[in-house]
Amino acid sequence: MSEPYAPLEIHDLTVAYHKKPVLWGVDLVIEPGRLIGIVGPNGAGKSTLIKACMGLLPLQSGWVKFFGESFHKMARRVGYVPQRESVDWDFPVNVMDVVLMGRYGRLGLLRRPSKADRIIARACLEKVHLLPYANRQIANLSGGQQQRVFLARALAQEADIYFMDEPFAGVDAATEAAIIAVLRELRDMGKTLLVVHHDLPTARQYFDDLLLLNMNVVAFGKTAEVFTAELLQKTYGGRLTILSEVAQALGAHGASR
Amino acid sequence: MNAMIPAFDAHAVLVAPWTENLSLFGWIAAMGFAVTGACGLVGNYLMLRRMALMGDAVSHSVLPGLVAAFLVTSSRGTLPMFAGALAAGGFTTIAIESIHKLTRVKQDAAIGITFSTLFAIGVVMTSLYAGQVDLDADCVLYGEIAFVPLEPMINLGGLVLGPVPFVRMAAVLLMVGLLIAAFYKELLVSAFDPGLARSLGTNPTLMHYGLMAALSVVVVSAFESVGAILVVAMLILPGATASLLSTRLSRVHLLSLVHAAISSWLGVTLGVWLDCSIAAAMVVAGALLFALIWIVSPNEGLVARWRRRRTPALPSAMSSNSSPVSELK
Repeated sequence: MSEPYAPLEIHDLTVAYHKKPVLWGVDLVIEPGRLIGIVGPNGAGKSTLIKACMGLLPLQSGWVKFFGESFHKMARRVGYVPQRESVDWDFPVNVMDVVLMGRYGRLGLLRRPSKADRIIARACLEKVHLLPYANRQIANLSGGQQQRVFLARALAQEADIYFMDEPFAGVDAATEAAIIAVLRELRDMGKTLLVVHHDLPTARQYFDDLLLLNMNVVAFGKTAEVFTAELLQKTYGGRLTILSEVAQALGAHGASR
Repeated sequence: MNAMIPAFDAHAVLVAPWTENLSLFGWIAAMGFAVTGACGLVGNYLMLRRMALMGDAVSHSVLPGLVAAFLVTSSRGTLPMFAGALAAGGFTTIAIESIHKLTRVKQDAAIGITFSTLFAIGVVMTSLYAGQVDLDADCVLYGEIAFVPLEPMINLGGLVLGPVPFVRMAAVLLMVGLLIAAFYKELLVSAFDPGLARSLGTNPTLMHYGLMAALSVVVVSAFESVGAILVVAMLILPGATASLLSTRLSRVHLLSLVHAAISSWLGVTLGVWLDCSIAAAMVVAGALLFALIWIVSPNEGLVARWRRRRTPALPSAMSSNSSPVSELK
Protein backbone atom coordinates (compact mmCIF):
# COMPACT_ATOMS: atom_id res chain seq x y z
CA MET A 1 0.00 0.00 0.00
CA SER A 2 1.91 2.99 -1.22
CA GLU A 3 -1.13 5.26 -1.52
CA PRO A 4 -0.21 8.89 -1.04
CA TYR A 5 -3.82 9.69 -0.14
CA ALA A 6 -6.19 8.38 2.51
CA PRO A 7 -8.90 6.02 1.20
CA LEU A 8 -11.53 8.44 2.43
CA GLU A 9 -11.40 12.05 3.47
CA ILE A 10 -14.51 13.97 4.47
CA HIS A 11 -14.41 17.69 5.06
CA ASP A 12 -17.16 19.77 6.65
CA LEU A 13 -19.94 17.58 5.27
CA THR A 14 -23.52 18.74 5.80
CA VAL A 15 -26.60 16.95 4.45
CA ALA A 16 -30.20 18.16 4.73
CA TYR A 17 -33.61 16.72 3.94
CA HIS A 18 -36.28 19.30 3.18
CA LYS A 19 -33.96 21.99 4.62
CA LYS A 20 -33.65 20.13 7.94
CA PRO A 21 -30.03 19.15 8.47
CA VAL A 22 -29.54 15.48 9.34
CA LEU A 23 -25.75 15.53 9.37
CA TRP A 24 -23.51 18.49 9.87
CA GLY A 25 -19.89 19.44 10.08
CA VAL A 26 -18.53 15.93 9.58
CA ASP A 27 -14.73 15.91 9.32
CA LEU A 28 -13.01 12.56 8.96
CA VAL A 29 -9.82 11.05 7.61
CA ILE A 30 -9.97 7.26 7.30
CA GLU A 31 -6.76 5.22 7.28
CA PRO A 32 -6.32 2.17 5.04
CA GLY A 33 -6.62 -1.37 6.38
CA ARG A 34 -9.12 -0.58 9.13
CA LEU A 35 -12.41 -2.23 10.01
CA ILE A 36 -14.57 0.63 11.21
CA GLY A 37 -17.98 0.46 12.85
CA ILE A 38 -20.42 3.36 12.53
CA VAL A 39 -22.75 3.37 15.53
CA GLY A 40 -25.37 5.75 16.82
CA PRO A 41 -29.09 5.92 17.61
CA ASN A 42 -31.86 5.70 15.01
CA GLY A 43 -31.95 8.81 12.88
CA ALA A 44 -28.34 9.64 13.71
CA GLY A 45 -27.52 9.82 10.00
CA LYS A 46 -25.47 6.62 9.70
CA SER A 47 -26.91 5.53 6.36
CA THR A 48 -27.08 9.15 5.28
CA LEU A 49 -23.34 9.50 5.80
CA ILE A 50 -22.63 6.50 3.57
CA LYS A 51 -25.03 7.62 0.87
CA ALA A 52 -23.71 11.16 0.92
CA CYS A 53 -20.13 9.90 0.52
CA MET A 54 -21.17 7.95 -2.56
CA GLY A 55 -23.01 10.85 -4.12
CA LEU A 56 -26.42 9.22 -3.65
CA LEU A 57 -27.62 12.31 -1.75
CA PRO A 58 -26.95 15.97 -2.50
CA LEU A 59 -24.50 17.70 -0.14
CA GLN A 60 -25.47 20.98 1.46
CA SER A 61 -21.80 21.80 1.95
CA GLY A 62 -18.39 20.18 2.24
CA TRP A 63 -16.59 17.62 0.10
CA VAL A 64 -15.68 13.95 0.05
CA LYS A 65 -12.54 12.50 -1.52
CA PHE A 66 -11.61 8.90 -2.21
CA PHE A 67 -7.87 8.34 -2.63
CA GLY A 68 -7.55 12.06 -3.23
CA GLU A 69 -10.12 12.15 -6.03
CA SER A 70 -13.86 12.67 -6.40
CA PHE A 71 -16.12 9.67 -5.93
CA HIS A 72 -16.98 9.77 -9.60
CA LYS A 73 -13.37 9.13 -10.63
CA MET A 74 -12.80 6.46 -8.02
CA ALA A 75 -16.21 4.71 -8.20
CA ARG A 76 -14.58 1.46 -9.28
CA ARG A 77 -12.55 1.27 -6.10
CA VAL A 78 -15.60 1.75 -3.87
CA GLY A 79 -17.75 -1.24 -2.93
CA TYR A 80 -21.23 -0.92 -1.52
CA VAL A 81 -23.52 -3.26 0.39
CA PRO A 82 -26.93 -1.60 0.80
CA GLN A 83 -29.47 -2.54 3.44
CA ARG A 84 -31.08 -5.83 2.55
CA GLU A 85 -34.59 -4.31 2.56
CA SER A 86 -33.57 -1.69 0.01
CA VAL A 87 -34.05 -4.04 -2.93
CA ASP A 88 -36.94 -6.12 -4.24
CA TRP A 89 -36.06 -9.77 -3.63
CA ASP A 90 -38.79 -10.93 -6.03
CA PHE A 91 -36.72 -9.47 -8.86
CA PRO A 92 -36.27 -11.97 -11.73
CA VAL A 93 -32.58 -12.76 -11.17
CA ASN A 94 -30.73 -15.66 -9.60
CA VAL A 95 -27.85 -15.64 -7.12
CA MET A 96 -25.18 -15.75 -9.83
CA ASP A 97 -26.74 -12.79 -11.68
CA VAL A 98 -26.58 -10.67 -8.52
CA VAL A 99 -22.95 -11.55 -7.77
CA LEU A 100 -21.99 -10.82 -11.39
CA MET A 101 -23.39 -7.29 -10.95
CA GLY A 102 -20.32 -6.70 -8.81
CA ARG A 103 -18.23 -7.12 -11.97
CA TYR A 104 -20.24 -4.63 -14.07
CA GLY A 105 -18.15 -1.65 -13.01
CA ARG A 106 -15.08 -3.25 -14.62
CA LEU A 107 -16.81 -4.30 -17.81
CA GLY A 108 -17.74 -1.01 -19.40
CA LEU A 109 -20.50 -0.46 -21.91
CA LEU A 110 -21.73 -3.17 -24.27
CA ARG A 111 -19.66 -5.92 -22.66
CA ARG A 112 -21.05 -9.06 -21.10
CA PRO A 113 -19.46 -10.80 -18.11
CA SER A 114 -16.75 -13.14 -19.38
CA LYS A 115 -15.77 -16.61 -18.24
CA ALA A 116 -13.13 -15.04 -16.01
CA ASP A 117 -15.81 -12.89 -14.35
CA ARG A 118 -17.86 -16.01 -13.70
CA ILE A 119 -14.88 -17.77 -12.15
CA ILE A 120 -14.34 -14.81 -9.82
CA ALA A 121 -18.05 -14.71 -8.95
CA ARG A 122 -18.00 -18.42 -8.13
CA ALA A 123 -14.98 -17.95 -5.89
CA CYS A 124 -16.79 -15.15 -4.06
CA LEU A 125 -19.86 -17.36 -3.59
CA GLU A 126 -17.62 -20.11 -2.27
CA LYS A 127 -16.21 -17.69 0.32
CA VAL A 128 -19.66 -17.02 1.75
CA HIS A 129 -20.63 -20.70 1.49
CA LEU A 130 -23.31 -20.11 -1.15
CA LEU A 131 -21.87 -21.86 -4.19
CA PRO A 132 -24.54 -24.62 -4.15
CA TYR A 133 -27.15 -21.86 -4.45
CA ALA A 134 -25.69 -20.16 -7.54
CA ASN A 135 -28.70 -20.91 -9.74
CA ARG A 136 -31.38 -20.26 -7.18
CA GLN A 137 -33.86 -17.42 -7.54
CA ILE A 138 -33.07 -14.81 -4.90
CA ALA A 139 -36.59 -14.85 -3.43
CA ASN A 140 -36.02 -18.46 -2.35
CA LEU A 141 -33.25 -17.60 0.11
CA SER A 142 -33.32 -17.00 3.83
CA GLY A 143 -32.50 -13.53 5.14
CA GLY A 144 -28.98 -14.57 6.10
CA GLN A 145 -28.38 -16.08 2.69
CA GLN A 146 -29.60 -12.90 0.99
CA GLN A 147 -27.19 -10.88 3.08
CA ARG A 148 -24.34 -13.21 2.07
CA VAL A 149 -25.29 -12.82 -1.60
CA PHE A 150 -24.78 -9.08 -1.16
CA LEU A 151 -21.45 -9.72 0.53
CA ALA A 152 -20.34 -12.00 -2.32
CA ARG A 153 -21.30 -9.27 -4.78
CA ALA A 154 -19.21 -6.76 -2.84
CA LEU A 155 -16.26 -9.18 -2.91
CA ALA A 156 -16.69 -9.55 -6.68
CA GLN A 157 -16.29 -5.79 -7.00
CA GLU A 158 -12.68 -6.15 -5.82
CA ALA A 159 -12.87 -2.68 -4.38
CA ASP A 160 -10.39 -1.01 -2.01
CA ILE A 161 -12.90 0.63 0.31
CA TYR A 162 -16.27 -0.81 1.26
CA PHE A 163 -19.42 0.74 2.70
CA MET A 164 -21.81 -1.70 4.32
CA ASP A 165 -25.21 -0.67 5.61
CA GLU A 166 -26.24 -2.94 8.49
CA PRO A 167 -24.93 -6.21 7.06
CA PHE A 168 -25.74 -7.95 10.34
CA ALA A 169 -29.38 -6.87 10.52
CA GLY A 170 -31.75 -9.81 10.89
CA VAL A 171 -29.25 -12.59 10.18
CA ASP A 172 -28.66 -15.77 12.11
CA ALA A 173 -25.58 -16.32 14.28
CA ALA A 174 -23.83 -18.54 11.74
CA THR A 175 -24.20 -15.91 9.00
CA GLU A 176 -22.97 -13.22 11.37
CA ALA A 177 -19.84 -15.25 12.08
CA ALA A 178 -19.29 -15.89 8.37
CA ILE A 179 -19.68 -12.21 7.53
CA ILE A 180 -17.28 -10.99 10.21
CA ALA A 181 -14.70 -13.56 9.10
CA VAL A 182 -14.88 -12.22 5.53
CA LEU A 183 -14.69 -8.61 6.74
CA ARG A 184 -11.56 -9.38 8.77
CA GLU A 185 -10.00 -11.13 5.82
CA LEU A 186 -10.62 -8.06 3.66
CA ARG A 187 -9.15 -5.83 6.35
CA ASP A 188 -6.04 -8.01 6.51
CA MET A 189 -5.68 -7.56 2.74
CA GLY A 190 -5.38 -3.83 3.37
CA LYS A 191 -8.93 -2.87 2.42
CA THR A 192 -10.86 -0.26 4.34
CA LEU A 193 -14.34 -1.12 5.61
CA LEU A 194 -16.98 1.18 7.04
CA VAL A 195 -19.86 -0.77 8.53
CA VAL A 196 -23.09 0.64 9.92
CA HIS A 197 -23.87 -1.42 12.98
CA HIS A 198 -26.72 -1.52 15.46
CA ASP A 199 -25.66 -3.78 18.25
CA LEU A 200 -23.35 -2.19 20.83
CA PRO A 201 -21.95 -5.27 22.62
CA THR A 202 -20.81 -6.87 19.35
CA ALA A 203 -19.61 -3.53 18.00
CA ARG A 204 -16.86 -3.61 20.58
CA GLN A 205 -15.77 -7.10 19.56
CA TYR A 206 -15.93 -6.64 15.83
CA PHE A 207 -14.37 -3.32 14.96
CA ASP A 208 -10.88 -1.84 15.12
CA ASP A 209 -12.22 1.69 15.19
CA LEU A 210 -15.60 3.15 16.06
CA LEU A 211 -17.29 6.23 14.68
CA LEU A 212 -19.88 7.43 17.20
CA LEU A 213 -22.40 9.41 15.23
CA ASN A 214 -25.40 11.46 16.22
CA MET A 215 -26.00 14.04 13.52
CA ASN A 216 -22.38 14.99 13.92
CA VAL A 217 -19.26 13.10 14.93
CA VAL A 218 -19.36 12.52 18.69
CA ALA A 219 -16.10 10.58 18.69
CA PHE A 220 -13.88 8.68 16.30
CA GLY A 221 -10.94 6.51 17.26
CA LYS A 222 -9.72 3.12 18.38
CA THR A 223 -12.55 1.03 19.82
CA ALA A 224 -10.79 0.62 23.15
CA GLU A 225 -10.50 4.40 23.48
CA VAL A 226 -13.96 5.48 22.36
CA PHE A 227 -16.14 2.73 23.80
CA THR A 228 -16.66 4.50 27.12
CA ALA A 229 -19.83 5.07 29.12
CA GLU A 230 -19.38 8.83 28.85
CA LEU A 231 -19.02 8.96 25.06
CA LEU A 232 -21.77 6.42 24.45
CA GLN A 233 -24.12 8.37 26.68
CA LYS A 234 -23.23 11.49 24.73
CA THR A 235 -24.05 9.62 21.51
CA TYR A 236 -27.28 8.02 22.59
CA GLY A 237 -28.55 10.75 24.87
CA GLY A 238 -30.97 9.64 27.55
CA ARG A 239 -32.25 6.50 25.86
CA LEU A 240 -32.49 4.17 28.83
CA THR A 241 -32.71 0.82 27.09
CA ILE A 242 -29.61 1.63 25.15
CA LEU A 243 -27.85 2.87 28.24
CA SER A 244 -28.54 -0.34 30.11
CA GLU A 245 -27.17 -2.16 27.09
CA VAL A 246 -24.08 -0.01 27.37
CA ALA A 247 -23.81 -0.76 31.04
CA GLN A 248 -24.04 -4.43 30.26
CA ALA A 249 -21.43 -4.17 27.55
CA LEU A 250 -19.13 -2.30 29.86
CA GLY A 251 -19.85 -4.70 32.69
CA ALA A 252 -16.89 -6.80 31.69
CA HIS A 253 -14.72 -3.75 32.19
CA GLY A 254 -16.06 -3.22 35.67
CA ALA A 255 -17.41 0.18 34.78
CA SER A 256 -20.54 1.29 36.60
CA ARG A 257 -23.59 3.17 35.53
CA MET B 1 -80.26 -15.10 -25.80
CA ASN B 2 -78.62 -16.26 -28.97
CA ALA B 3 -78.20 -12.74 -30.25
CA MET B 4 -75.92 -11.81 -27.38
CA ILE B 5 -73.02 -13.84 -28.73
CA PRO B 6 -72.59 -14.04 -32.50
CA ALA B 7 -72.63 -17.52 -34.02
CA PHE B 8 -69.21 -19.16 -34.19
CA ASP B 9 -68.45 -19.94 -37.82
CA ALA B 10 -65.25 -21.94 -37.62
CA HIS B 11 -64.20 -21.25 -41.20
CA ALA B 12 -64.89 -17.52 -41.09
CA VAL B 13 -63.23 -17.08 -37.68
CA LEU B 14 -60.31 -19.52 -37.69
CA VAL B 15 -59.40 -20.06 -41.33
CA ALA B 16 -60.51 -17.18 -43.52
CA PRO B 17 -58.44 -14.44 -41.79
CA TRP B 18 -55.26 -16.41 -42.52
CA THR B 19 -56.18 -17.51 -46.09
CA GLU B 20 -58.42 -15.43 -48.33
CA ASN B 21 -58.24 -12.34 -46.11
CA LEU B 22 -54.58 -12.67 -45.19
CA SER B 23 -53.63 -9.38 -46.87
CA LEU B 24 -55.93 -7.68 -44.37
CA PHE B 25 -55.69 -9.63 -41.13
CA GLY B 26 -52.08 -10.65 -41.65
CA TRP B 27 -51.01 -7.02 -41.34
CA ILE B 28 -53.34 -6.43 -38.43
CA ALA B 29 -51.91 -9.38 -36.53
CA ALA B 30 -48.36 -8.34 -37.42
CA MET B 31 -49.08 -4.83 -36.21
CA GLY B 32 -50.58 -6.26 -33.03
CA PHE B 33 -47.45 -8.27 -32.43
CA ALA B 34 -45.13 -5.33 -33.08
CA VAL B 35 -47.13 -3.05 -30.76
CA THR B 36 -47.55 -5.57 -27.95
CA GLY B 37 -43.98 -6.82 -28.31
CA ALA B 38 -42.39 -3.35 -28.12
CA CYS B 39 -44.75 -2.29 -25.34
CA GLY B 40 -44.11 -5.52 -23.44
CA LEU B 41 -40.32 -5.18 -23.54
CA VAL B 42 -40.39 -1.59 -22.29
CA GLY B 43 -43.17 -2.49 -19.86
CA ASN B 44 -41.00 -5.17 -18.24
CA TYR B 45 -38.71 -2.45 -16.94
CA LEU B 46 -41.62 -0.31 -15.81
CA MET B 47 -42.90 -3.21 -13.75
CA LEU B 48 -39.50 -4.07 -12.32
CA ARG B 49 -39.13 -0.46 -11.19
CA ARG B 50 -42.68 -0.48 -9.82
CA MET B 51 -43.56 2.29 -12.20
CA ALA B 52 -46.37 0.60 -14.10
CA LEU B 53 -48.38 3.80 -13.70
CA MET B 54 -45.76 5.73 -15.67
CA GLY B 55 -47.04 3.93 -18.77
CA ASP B 56 -50.46 5.36 -18.07
CA ALA B 57 -48.94 8.78 -17.52
CA VAL B 58 -46.86 8.94 -20.67
CA SER B 59 -49.54 7.42 -22.90
CA HIS B 60 -52.04 10.09 -21.86
CA SER B 61 -49.71 13.05 -21.86
CA VAL B 62 -48.49 12.25 -25.36
CA LEU B 63 -51.75 13.72 -26.67
CA PRO B 64 -50.94 17.43 -26.12
CA GLY B 65 -47.48 16.75 -27.54
CA LEU B 66 -48.99 15.37 -30.73
CA VAL B 67 -51.44 18.25 -31.08
CA ALA B 68 -48.72 20.82 -30.43
CA ALA B 69 -46.38 19.17 -32.93
CA PHE B 70 -49.17 19.18 -35.50
CA LEU B 71 -50.01 22.84 -34.89
CA VAL B 72 -46.37 23.89 -35.19
CA THR B 73 -45.43 21.88 -38.27
CA SER B 74 -48.95 21.31 -39.70
CA SER B 75 -47.83 17.84 -40.67
CA ARG B 76 -48.73 14.39 -39.40
CA GLY B 77 -45.40 12.97 -40.49
CA THR B 78 -43.47 10.54 -38.37
CA LEU B 79 -40.73 12.94 -37.30
CA PRO B 80 -42.87 15.80 -35.95
CA MET B 81 -45.10 13.28 -34.16
CA PHE B 82 -42.09 11.55 -32.56
CA ALA B 83 -40.61 14.89 -31.58
CA GLY B 84 -43.89 16.02 -30.02
CA ALA B 85 -44.31 12.75 -28.14
CA LEU B 86 -40.72 12.78 -26.88
CA ALA B 87 -41.09 16.35 -25.68
CA ALA B 88 -44.36 15.50 -23.94
CA GLY B 89 -42.87 12.34 -22.42
CA GLY B 90 -39.83 14.23 -21.19
CA PHE B 91 -41.98 17.01 -19.78
CA THR B 92 -44.21 14.48 -17.99
CA THR B 93 -41.22 12.74 -16.43
CA ILE B 94 -39.68 16.01 -15.26
CA ALA B 95 -43.00 17.34 -13.97
CA ILE B 96 -43.66 14.17 -11.96
CA GLU B 97 -40.14 14.17 -10.48
CA SER B 98 -40.36 17.87 -9.60
CA ILE B 99 -43.76 17.60 -7.92
CA HIS B 100 -42.57 14.54 -6.03
CA LYS B 101 -39.25 16.06 -4.95
CA LEU B 102 -40.19 19.66 -4.27
CA THR B 103 -43.46 19.07 -2.41
CA ARG B 104 -44.75 16.55 0.05
CA VAL B 105 -46.97 15.01 -2.61
CA LYS B 106 -46.04 11.35 -3.09
CA GLN B 107 -45.06 9.91 -6.43
CA ASP B 108 -48.33 8.13 -7.25
CA ALA B 109 -50.30 11.31 -6.58
CA ALA B 110 -47.78 13.31 -8.63
CA ILE B 111 -48.32 10.93 -11.54
CA GLY B 112 -52.09 11.31 -11.16
CA ILE B 113 -51.91 15.10 -11.21
CA THR B 114 -49.56 15.29 -14.16
CA PHE B 115 -51.04 12.91 -16.67
CA SER B 116 -54.69 13.79 -16.14
CA THR B 117 -53.87 17.48 -16.46
CA LEU B 118 -51.81 16.99 -19.60
CA PHE B 119 -54.46 14.77 -21.14
CA ALA B 120 -57.10 17.40 -20.36
CA ILE B 121 -54.92 20.06 -21.97
CA GLY B 122 -54.68 17.80 -24.99
CA VAL B 123 -58.46 17.44 -25.15
CA VAL B 124 -58.92 21.21 -24.82
CA MET B 125 -56.37 21.79 -27.58
CA THR B 126 -58.08 19.26 -29.86
CA SER B 127 -61.46 20.92 -29.49
CA LEU B 128 -59.98 24.42 -29.68
CA TYR B 129 -58.20 23.72 -32.95
CA ALA B 130 -60.73 21.18 -34.19
CA GLY B 131 -60.62 22.82 -37.61
CA GLN B 132 -56.88 22.21 -38.03
CA VAL B 133 -56.40 18.95 -36.15
CA ASP B 134 -58.15 15.86 -37.36
CA LEU B 135 -57.88 13.70 -34.28
CA ASP B 136 -61.13 12.22 -33.17
CA ALA B 137 -61.67 11.34 -29.55
CA ASP B 138 -62.57 7.69 -30.12
CA CYS B 139 -59.41 7.17 -32.10
CA VAL B 140 -57.33 8.82 -29.38
CA LEU B 141 -58.77 6.58 -26.71
CA TYR B 142 -59.04 3.24 -28.48
CA GLY B 143 -57.14 3.59 -31.74
CA GLU B 144 -58.11 1.72 -34.88
CA ILE B 145 -55.80 -1.12 -35.73
CA ALA B 146 -58.10 -2.30 -38.53
CA PHE B 147 -57.04 0.73 -40.62
CA VAL B 148 -53.40 -0.38 -40.67
CA PRO B 149 -53.66 -2.49 -43.87
CA LEU B 150 -55.31 0.44 -45.68
CA GLU B 151 -52.28 2.69 -45.23
CA PRO B 152 -49.83 3.07 -48.12
CA MET B 153 -47.37 0.20 -48.50
CA ILE B 154 -43.63 0.67 -48.22
CA ASN B 155 -41.68 -0.98 -51.02
CA LEU B 156 -37.95 -1.46 -50.78
CA GLY B 157 -36.67 -2.33 -54.23
CA GLY B 158 -39.65 -4.53 -55.03
CA LEU B 159 -39.75 -6.07 -51.53
CA VAL B 160 -43.00 -5.23 -49.77
CA LEU B 161 -42.14 -4.30 -46.19
CA GLY B 162 -45.70 -3.52 -45.17
CA PRO B 163 -47.99 -0.60 -44.47
CA VAL B 164 -46.35 2.53 -43.06
CA PRO B 165 -47.55 2.18 -39.43
CA PHE B 166 -46.42 -1.42 -39.30
CA VAL B 167 -42.98 -0.68 -40.70
CA ARG B 168 -42.61 2.15 -38.20
CA MET B 169 -43.71 -0.04 -35.31
CA ALA B 170 -41.48 -2.92 -36.40
CA ALA B 171 -38.53 -0.51 -36.53
CA VAL B 172 -39.38 0.65 -33.01
CA LEU B 173 -39.60 -2.96 -31.80
CA LEU B 174 -36.22 -3.69 -33.36
CA MET B 175 -34.74 -0.57 -31.79
CA VAL B 176 -36.11 -1.45 -28.35
CA GLY B 177 -34.73 -4.97 -28.68
CA LEU B 178 -31.29 -3.72 -29.69
CA LEU B 179 -31.19 -1.14 -26.90
CA ILE B 180 -32.10 -3.78 -24.31
CA ALA B 181 -29.41 -6.11 -25.68
CA ALA B 182 -26.83 -3.32 -25.61
CA PHE B 183 -27.66 -1.92 -22.16
CA TYR B 184 -28.88 -5.14 -20.58
CA LYS B 185 -26.63 -5.00 -17.54
CA GLU B 186 -27.01 -1.26 -16.93
CA LEU B 187 -30.81 -1.56 -17.11
CA LEU B 188 -30.73 -4.60 -14.86
CA VAL B 189 -28.58 -3.14 -12.12
CA SER B 190 -30.24 0.28 -12.08
CA ALA B 191 -33.67 -1.36 -11.77
CA PHE B 192 -32.55 -3.85 -9.11
CA ASP B 193 -30.32 -1.67 -6.99
CA PRO B 194 -29.99 2.02 -7.94
CA GLY B 195 -27.48 2.61 -5.13
CA LEU B 196 -25.14 -0.05 -6.46
CA ALA B 197 -25.70 1.16 -10.03
CA ARG B 198 -24.45 4.59 -9.07
CA SER B 199 -21.48 3.18 -7.23
CA LEU B 200 -20.64 1.19 -10.37
CA GLY B 201 -20.59 4.35 -12.42
CA THR B 202 -23.99 3.90 -14.11
CA ASN B 203 -26.22 6.91 -13.73
CA PRO B 204 -29.69 5.62 -12.73
CA THR B 205 -31.25 9.01 -13.49
CA LEU B 206 -29.93 8.83 -17.03
CA MET B 207 -31.27 5.28 -17.36
CA HIS B 208 -34.63 6.50 -16.04
CA TYR B 209 -34.88 9.24 -18.66
CA GLY B 210 -33.67 6.88 -21.37
CA LEU B 211 -36.40 4.43 -20.43
CA MET B 212 -38.97 7.23 -20.45
CA ALA B 213 -37.78 8.33 -23.90
CA ALA B 214 -38.14 4.76 -25.19
CA LEU B 215 -41.56 4.59 -23.59
CA SER B 216 -42.64 7.82 -25.33
CA VAL B 217 -41.47 6.56 -28.72
CA VAL B 218 -43.20 3.20 -28.26
CA VAL B 219 -46.41 4.83 -27.07
CA VAL B 220 -46.59 7.35 -29.91
CA SER B 221 -46.02 4.68 -32.54
CA ALA B 222 -48.70 2.54 -30.96
CA PHE B 223 -51.08 5.47 -30.44
CA GLU B 224 -52.90 5.42 -33.78
CA SER B 225 -53.59 1.72 -33.72
CA VAL B 226 -54.38 1.00 -30.08
CA GLY B 227 -55.00 4.38 -28.46
CA ALA B 228 -54.07 5.85 -25.13
CA ILE B 229 -55.98 3.48 -22.87
CA LEU B 230 -55.35 0.07 -24.40
CA VAL B 231 -51.63 0.73 -24.76
CA VAL B 232 -51.37 0.63 -20.97
CA ALA B 233 -52.59 -2.96 -20.97
CA MET B 234 -50.08 -3.84 -23.65
CA LEU B 235 -47.26 -2.39 -21.53
CA ILE B 236 -48.15 -4.51 -18.52
CA LEU B 237 -49.86 -7.74 -19.59
CA PRO B 238 -46.98 -9.44 -21.47
CA GLY B 239 -44.47 -8.95 -18.67
CA ALA B 240 -46.95 -9.73 -15.91
CA THR B 241 -47.79 -13.01 -17.63
CA ALA B 242 -44.15 -13.83 -18.39
CA SER B 243 -43.02 -13.17 -14.83
CA LEU B 244 -45.43 -15.86 -13.61
CA LEU B 245 -43.48 -18.33 -15.72
CA SER B 246 -39.85 -17.40 -15.29
CA THR B 247 -37.54 -15.87 -12.74
CA ARG B 248 -34.78 -14.83 -15.15
CA LEU B 249 -35.10 -11.45 -16.80
CA SER B 250 -33.81 -12.61 -20.20
CA ARG B 251 -36.45 -15.34 -20.27
CA VAL B 252 -39.13 -12.91 -19.10
CA HIS B 253 -38.29 -10.80 -22.17
CA LEU B 254 -38.59 -13.77 -24.54
CA LEU B 255 -41.81 -14.98 -22.95
CA SER B 256 -43.37 -11.54 -23.18
CA LEU B 257 -42.71 -11.63 -26.94
CA VAL B 258 -44.43 -15.04 -27.07
CA HIS B 259 -47.33 -13.54 -25.15
CA ALA B 260 -47.46 -10.68 -27.66
CA ALA B 261 -47.60 -13.11 -30.59
CA ILE B 262 -50.31 -15.31 -29.10
CA SER B 263 -52.47 -12.44 -27.90
CA SER B 264 -52.39 -10.69 -31.28
CA TRP B 265 -53.38 -13.89 -33.10
CA LEU B 266 -56.08 -14.62 -30.52
CA GLY B 267 -57.17 -10.98 -30.64
CA VAL B 268 -57.75 -11.08 -34.40
CA THR B 269 -59.72 -14.30 -34.00
CA LEU B 270 -61.81 -12.84 -31.21
CA GLY B 271 -62.29 -9.58 -33.11
CA VAL B 272 -63.50 -11.36 -36.25
CA TRP B 273 -65.83 -13.62 -34.31
CA LEU B 274 -67.40 -10.92 -32.18
CA ASP B 275 -67.04 -8.20 -34.84
CA CYS B 276 -65.55 -5.77 -32.33
CA SER B 277 -62.51 -3.48 -32.02
CA ILE B 278 -59.54 -5.74 -32.71
CA ALA B 279 -57.23 -3.72 -30.44
CA ALA B 280 -59.63 -4.24 -27.54
CA ALA B 281 -59.94 -7.91 -28.45
CA MET B 282 -56.15 -8.24 -28.32
CA VAL B 283 -56.09 -6.80 -24.81
CA VAL B 284 -58.88 -9.14 -23.74
CA ALA B 285 -56.95 -12.04 -25.26
CA GLY B 286 -53.80 -10.95 -23.41
CA ALA B 287 -55.71 -10.77 -20.15
CA LEU B 288 -57.19 -14.23 -20.76
CA LEU B 289 -53.67 -15.55 -21.28
CA PHE B 290 -52.61 -13.94 -18.01
CA ALA B 291 -55.53 -15.58 -16.20
CA LEU B 292 -54.76 -18.94 -17.78
CA ILE B 293 -51.09 -18.79 -16.77
CA TRP B 294 -52.03 -17.62 -13.31
CA ILE B 295 -54.04 -20.81 -12.92
CA VAL B 296 -51.68 -23.34 -14.51
CA SER B 297 -48.16 -21.93 -14.06
CA PRO B 298 -45.94 -24.73 -12.68
CA ASN B 299 -44.52 -22.73 -9.76
CA GLU B 300 -46.74 -19.78 -9.04
CA GLY B 301 -50.00 -21.14 -10.42
CA LEU B 302 -53.14 -21.58 -8.38
CA VAL B 303 -53.29 -25.28 -9.24
CA ALA B 304 -49.67 -25.84 -8.20
CA ARG B 305 -50.23 -23.98 -4.94
CA TRP B 306 -53.39 -25.87 -4.22
CA ARG B 307 -51.61 -29.16 -4.86
CA ARG B 308 -48.73 -28.16 -2.64
CA ARG B 309 -51.10 -27.26 0.15
CA ARG B 310 -52.88 -30.60 -0.18
CA THR B 311 -49.67 -32.59 0.12
CA PRO B 312 -47.70 -30.80 2.81
CA ALA B 313 -46.23 -34.10 3.97
CA LEU B 314 -43.89 -34.29 0.98
CA PRO B 315 -40.77 -32.63 2.36
CA SER B 316 -38.65 -32.64 -0.79
CA ALA B 317 -40.94 -30.28 -2.70
CA MET B 318 -40.94 -27.69 0.05
CA SER B 319 -37.42 -27.82 1.37
CA SER B 320 -35.90 -26.84 -1.95
CA ASN B 321 -37.93 -23.63 -1.80
CA SER B 322 -37.64 -22.53 1.79
CA SER B 323 -34.42 -23.75 3.26
CA PRO B 324 -33.71 -23.58 6.96
CA VAL B 325 -31.90 -20.64 8.42
CA SER B 326 -28.47 -21.46 7.14
CA GLU B 327 -26.44 -24.27 5.70
CA LEU B 328 -23.23 -23.21 7.30
CA LYS B 329 -21.11 -25.82 8.97
